[in-house]
Amino acid sequence: MDQLPITFKHWLVEFAPAEYQPLVSAIISTAAIIGVFASLFALTTVLERKGLGRIQNRYGPNRVGPFGFFQPIADGVKALIKEDIVPRAADNLVHFMAPLVLVAPVFLALAVIPMGRNLVALDMGGGVLFFFAVGAATELSVFMAGWSSRNKYSLLGAMRAIAQMISYEVPLIISSVSVIMIAGSLSTVRIVEAQAGYDGGLPHWFVLTPWGLAGFFLFMIAAAAESNRSPFDLPEGESEIIAGYYIEYSGFKFALFFLGEYIGMFAVSGMAITLFLGGWHAPFEFLTWVPSYIWFFGKLLTLIAVFIWVRGTLPRLRMDQLMNFAWKFMLPMALINLLTAGIWHLLGPGFSRWLICSILVLGPYWILGRALFQAKNVGKRIYQYAE
Amino acid sequence: MNSEPDTLTLPEPKSFELLPKGIDSNQAGDLLEVSMGPQHPSTHGVFRMDVVLDGERVVKLKPVFGYLHRNHEKIGENTTYLGSMPYTDRLDYFCSLTNNWAYALTVEKLAGLQIPERAEYIRVITAELTRLQNHACLGGFLLQDMGASGTPLMYAFREREKILDLFESLTGARMMCNYMRFGGCRCDLPSGWIEQAKQVVESFPKFLDEFEALLNENEILMTRTQGVGVVSKALAVNASITGPMLRATGVNYDIRKVDHYGIYDRFAFRVPLGAHGDVYDRYMIRVLEMRESVKILQQALRDIPGGPIVDPKAKLRGFRPKPGEAYGRIEAPKGELGFYLISDGSPNPYRYRVRPPSLINLTVLEDMCLGHLVGDVVVILGSVDIVLGEVDR
Amino acid sequence: MLGEGIIKGMVETARNFAGSFVDEDRLTTVQYPEERLPQKEAARNFPFLVYDGKDPEAGLRCVACQICEKECPPQCIYITKSKDRKPDHAGKPQFFPAVFDIDVSVCMSCQICVEVCPFDAIKMDTEFELSTDDRFGDLLQHKEDLARPNTYFQKLHPTDAAESDARLAAERAKAEAKQKADAEAKAKAAAVPKPSPAQVSNVVPALAK
Repeated sequence: MDQLPITFKHWLVEFAPAEYQPLVSAIISTAAIIGVFASLFALTTVLERKGLGRIQNRYGPNRVGPFGFFQPIADGVKALIKEDIVPRAADNLVHFMAPLVLVAPVFLALAVIPMGRNLVALDMGGGVLFFFAVGAATELSVFMAGWSSRNKYSLLGAMRAIAQMISYEVPLIISSVSVIMIAGSLSTVRIVEAQAGYDGGLPHWFVLTPWGLAGFFLFMIAAAAESNRSPFDLPEGESEIIAGYYIEYSGFKFALFFLGEYIGMFAVSGMAITLFLGGWHAPFEFLTWVPSYIWFFGKLLTLIAVFIWVRGTLPRLRMDQLMNFAWKFMLPMALINLLTAGIWHLLGPGFSRWLICSILVLGPYWILGRALFQAKNVGKRIYQYAE
Repeated sequence: MNSEPDTLTLPEPKSFELLPKGIDSNQAGDLLEVSMGPQHPSTHGVFRMDVVLDGERVVKLKPVFGYLHRNHEKIGENTTYLGSMPYTDRLDYFCSLTNNWAYALTVEKLAGLQIPERAEYIRVITAELTRLQNHACLGGFLLQDMGASGTPLMYAFREREKILDLFESLTGARMMCNYMRFGGCRCDLPSGWIEQAKQVVESFPKFLDEFEALLNENEILMTRTQGVGVVSKALAVNASITGPMLRATGVNYDIRKVDHYGIYDRFAFRVPLGAHGDVYDRYMIRVLEMRESVKILQQALRDIPGGPIVDPKAKLRGFRPKPGEAYGRIEAPKGELGFYLISDGSPNPYRYRVRPPSLINLTVLEDMCLGHLVGDVVVILGSVDIVLGEVDR
Repeated sequence: MLGEGIIKGMVETARNFAGSFVDEDRLTTVQYPEERLPQKEAARNFPFLVYDGKDPEAGLRCVACQICEKECPPQCIYITKSKDRKPDHAGKPQFFPAVFDIDVSVCMSCQICVEVCPFDAIKMDTEFELSTDDRFGDLLQHKEDLARPNTYFQKLHPTDAAESDARLAAERAKAEAKQKADAEAKAKAAAVPKPSPAQVSNVVPALAK
């Protein structure tokens, strides 16, 4: 049951002639990933709207199909039949290429994430490095979109988006370096294997250690910033003058941008699961009979639900506050986290390493939090009443 | 024989006529002029702001309004006094009952009418209910502008629906109530209304607690609103700002306490004051005012007497007040709403003038926004609490 | 600590999310047009003319006094008086409106026409689905579209209808009583025989005595 997709793929590959078998195998993996994640994207758009609706005491879409779950089909049809408006002064080639440059690397990044036991499309020695390199290529498309539209507002929006994405790459990567250091390898498969095993009922996931928990939060916050999700969705802020770098896109190209953003969210959540949440491992020993890909997708859906929850609650940060947060809070915390991970490894098992590492994580968190606020005189206030 | 051309040619509008402070003519070319145009998701109506930016900082801001001008004052001159009452609903369309009260107050001053006790109590109850739903919606809209994707707005609207249901069972319409008449109110409370109102008022503090838990200590909200859009006491008093915006700067001026109009003297309520005059203070003052309004409502619903609804001397048709002038003002949820009427003995007023609080509060928009970033402009505008129906009349 | 307020906010949101499945107060949507809220009794949207009995022409209460036309603030009522009269509910011959048009696109539902009508002839309806696809003609409602029977009025606004019914019944009773008194007086006058000129001269000397 657990290996069902792999056996199915091997069965399909048998039909091809021998010298083409690797190619056919690669094509089947690619098709499977695109198929699964595109339908997950469709499902997520509906779930997001229904989830936000329930948070706001209302129904989400519930007219198209049972409980509204055919809404993505309606949205897709709408996107396809809309007129594709390209501004006259726009740079046509770059304008056309920008959505493609967004979508292609983001699907590539999904290739190194292990979605189940032996279910990884590309088992590379440098999987994590490949992931971050390809993920950074998506920022190019943002700038291409902003520049080619020949619209000063979209250019400003694109510059803000690039500044945001570059600033948040640094804490993202540094918090993952602590995992790489402990696991001793850049390969995603090795990292997941390093989290195997159960210790008195609890799994060996990295998130259940002090530095892992801090690293996980840092990674998730940076991931939200990377995918332009609330509260970091300033580049697509509708209530500001600059409606974003994709202001001049309509119809299917807009849908492609949307797709790219969501798949980016899935990819980076998948990486978080791989690095911190134990990949496809079950949380408890007695649950290992459930197939591994079920666990992976279950964790992925949970993280997506958390993203939706955060979006429904928090207002967005302003540009300079966003940058302050990245450079003055996240970066020092990520570096201290790295140090803590090293100390954890060197101290050996026992109670002392828990105590020391927890203090090493919580102390700077408290200090940096105070510093971030006191600089601007911001805090709770008490109000007087007139007599 | 005049040689004027048929078409009217207007001079070219120059946006850099007066260079903003601190920018010399060399740098003028680097400035970016943005028109946050009439169609915008966050300008609370058809309102335009011409903003001149240096990078991301605002160096000049010119508000342009008049897109919703409907000749309210001229229509007032051509309609009878009673006929203007439905038009006052549409001034500040969120708070139609307080608009009605301000107009009725002015006409009663002009004509010297007395208002029975029960009508006074009903007026206070409806005005405080209006204040509750207005301030709740303001909190929601402010957070919507900040990007909280509508969650606090939906919670505020949930409560507003309950209050609008009360209005509908009393006056017949949810928003355009047309309820006050000269000398009292139009019709009496239906049976069961007081119990319903008591239920709504009892459940309101729970909503306020939820709202505050969601937002008051939210760090993102605090960093975005504290220290932003500061108005000093002196500037506020000089620019004749009124309402929660004035009290947020620390000036103790609430017309309910100053003018003693209606029967507000019988109710025990406090006036919250802010200290900094920034966006966070204005938001918090409104939340605290909501709690005070709940207190007033509880007292009024408990003490309301029976009796007639309207002054028996008041006439519905053929109403001709004696010649004279009167200025009546109330503490509307947005500020001081005043009506100035001059009567010359005919059924229509000679001059009908509205003092709109939103417009007067808007005059300091430029001073508040200078030096801030573009993203703050929307937040500051949201905290001034304007309704374009009132600004443009 | 940094993040406390954010966590509190998120707990609040989660509570609303979970509550929307169980608590009715947290999911207040009414799925129009399948579900509709019941209308309040005092609700008002557009005026209608009341007629007593079954015949809209004969029973129409409106006497074309044109007070509502004058008092209407946006002046959306257009009345043309008739040339002849017809008897009203109390039997007295009154004018009636030959043309009574109200423009839906101008009316602002202020209810002033209802307040000033001395005859309880025009009342407010709660019907709001009045849209048509003919922009120019269909939005002007004529007398036939506006007339509704008194039974409809009683169902829609029971207390108001009870009041106006009571008032009209009182007027009718007064008119009947007056009619009866008139008829009796006339009958009495008819019962006494008219004196002939010859008899008058006989009576007068008798009286003069």
